[in-house]
Amino acid sequence: MGFALVVAVVVLGFSMAFALGVGSVPVPVTDVLAVVARRFHFGDLGVSVADDQIVWQMRMPRVLGAAAVGAALAVCGAVLQSLTRNDLADPYLLGISGGASVGAVTVIVLGVPVLGLLGTSAIAVAAFAGALASLGLVLGLAAGRSGSLSPGRTVLAGVAIGQVCAAYTSFLVIVTGDRDAARRVLEWTLGSVAGLRWGTSVPLAALAVVATVCVIGISRQLDAFAFGETSARSLGIEVTRLRWTLLVGTALVTAVLVSFVGVIGFVGLVVPHMVRLLTGPGHVFLLPMSALVGGILLVWSDTLARSLIDGREIPLGVITGVVGAPFFAFLLRRHTGGAE
Amino acid sequence: MRIDAHGLAWAAGGRTIIEDVDLVCEPGTVTGLLGPNGSGKTTLLHVLAGLRRPSAGRARIGGDDLHRMRGRRRALRLSLVEQDASTRLDLTVRQVVELGRVPHRGRWQTEYDDPVVEQSMRLADVETLADRHWSTLSGGERQRTHLARAIAQEPAVLLLDEPTNHLDLGHQIDFLARVRGLGLTTVAALHDLELAAAFCDHLVVLDRGRVAASGPVGEVLTDDLVADVWGVDANVVPHPVRRRPHLCWNDTLDREVRA
Repeated sequence: MGFALVVAVVVLGFSMAFALGVGSVPVPVTDVLAVVARRFHFGDLGVSVADDQIVWQMRMPRVLGAAAVGAALAVCGAVLQSLTRNDLADPYLLGISGGASVGAVTVIVLGVPVLGLLGTSAIAVAAFAGALASLGLVLGLAAGRSGSLSPGRTVLAGVAIGQVCAAYTSFLVIVTGDRDAARRVLEWTLGSVAGLRWGTSVPLAALAVVATVCVIGISRQLDAFAFGETSARSLGIEVTRLRWTLLVGTALVTAVLVSFVGVIGFVGLVVPHMVRLLTGPGHVFLLPMSALVGGILLVWSDTLARSLIDGREIPLGVITGVVGAPFFAFLLRRHTGGAE
Repeated sequence: MRIDAHGLAWAAGGRTIIEDVDLVCEPGTVTGLLGPNGSGKTTLLHVLAGLRRPSAGRARIGGDDLHRMRGRRRALRLSLVEQDASTRLDLTVRQVVELGRVPHRGRWQTEYDDPVVEQSMRLADVETLADRHWSTLSGGERQRTHLARAIAQEPAVLLLDEPTNHLDLGHQIDFLARVRGLGLTTVAALHDLELAAAFCDHLVVLDRGRVAASGPVGEVLTDDLVADVWGVDANVVPHPVRRRPHLCWNDTLDREVRA
């Protein structure tokens, strides 16, 4: 298992190096490595200024951001699936995507400034605020007066709030938006890491690392949910407290991701399942492995998104679906022979 | 460890499920919890496991209040084998048994080849199944795996909720004999009066949430009790070989009246 983790780290590193070379100006992998080596002060192997600009200033933030977002989404999905014992749980479970869309679409369609900001920053702030608002509503609706978050009720509350948000955004786009606004809303809804710069992708990478390390620390508690809530409690897990902490924690991480890169589906839902098929359900491996595979998947998806059609970006959500689904189908087929 | 409970009650949505339950289990004894469907056996067991806070009364384990302990400390003293607990995860038997070590391990501690896990699997006779996957196990194998997990918790008290459900006769006898052999303070909710008479030291009979009778097996299990609590006409006679009480039932009482 440790070996698998090492392999995944190497594959992620190689994927990133490869992705840094791909674009309108191709850069050979050796030159990419030379640029990275110089920037990390491992020695100067003769790097041209143009290569340095392209690889380090233009592509690196985007590739690093893609890896971070993929990792964080996959880890959040894995945690939520175990916590709710629901195979369909994903990071947007608590109405995060709906609420964020309300904020983002309002800014995109109406063009209103937020906190004096315009454009992408305004969209990010509005999306984050919308995500927090809907999270509050979902938690309030799910917990009620009892204060305990039953997984079933929480999922239903998320669906209900999500529907309300979808109704609002559709109404706004259809009634007041023009055709261009509709296109931009659709693009935002399908996600993109094109807007990431150093200033945003480093915090995102830090967030992904911190989130992954934190949840690895509670992996044993998550293991204890295998036979349900009663069993977890009889093993000494403080279920209510753990559930609140993790639901709110993953929701906040997801809210940050959504506000920077929009809604990227599939990764958080399917990567944990892929990894479970590969490494089994133990969380000590499932969580770091999900992070690495999520990162790898998103780095490749983004590389395809920006290179498949010359001069045009394909939305990330489209690619993750097209790349991920066949691989997942292959794994599922391979494993249906064994269990159940 | 001794369990003693006084005046336990638990209510849900204004409906009282158990009321005024007194119970004492001496260290190392096996107590059978009997009663018809819906009499409150599982509820009482969950209260004793610390999973439900009683609305009245209190329960102690080794002298400490069960419901004021932190979950982890409680899990180090008692373990529960639930009724029909299953999982869709593709866990192996060893991984399930390792769950019993959860309360023993620190957050960043990973331990491989834990001797307690191996020994627990031996005691529950699942060591040959160690690498089998949960979905491939039979009912009896699953139940023994749960027992191994409970043993791996190294508890002083073992709580079992209808552990012989879905097991054939041979596996029922084997399972309860195995539990007795552990020498732990045990409370088991059981449906089968015959098995209860054979393997328990004490019986507590619940009827509509209240204790209808409690005491040593021979004193509790009588013709009258079976008629009162289960509505069954029966004769309790000494078992021809084992000399323990043996139940010969004739018919349910209301059917007899109708006939």
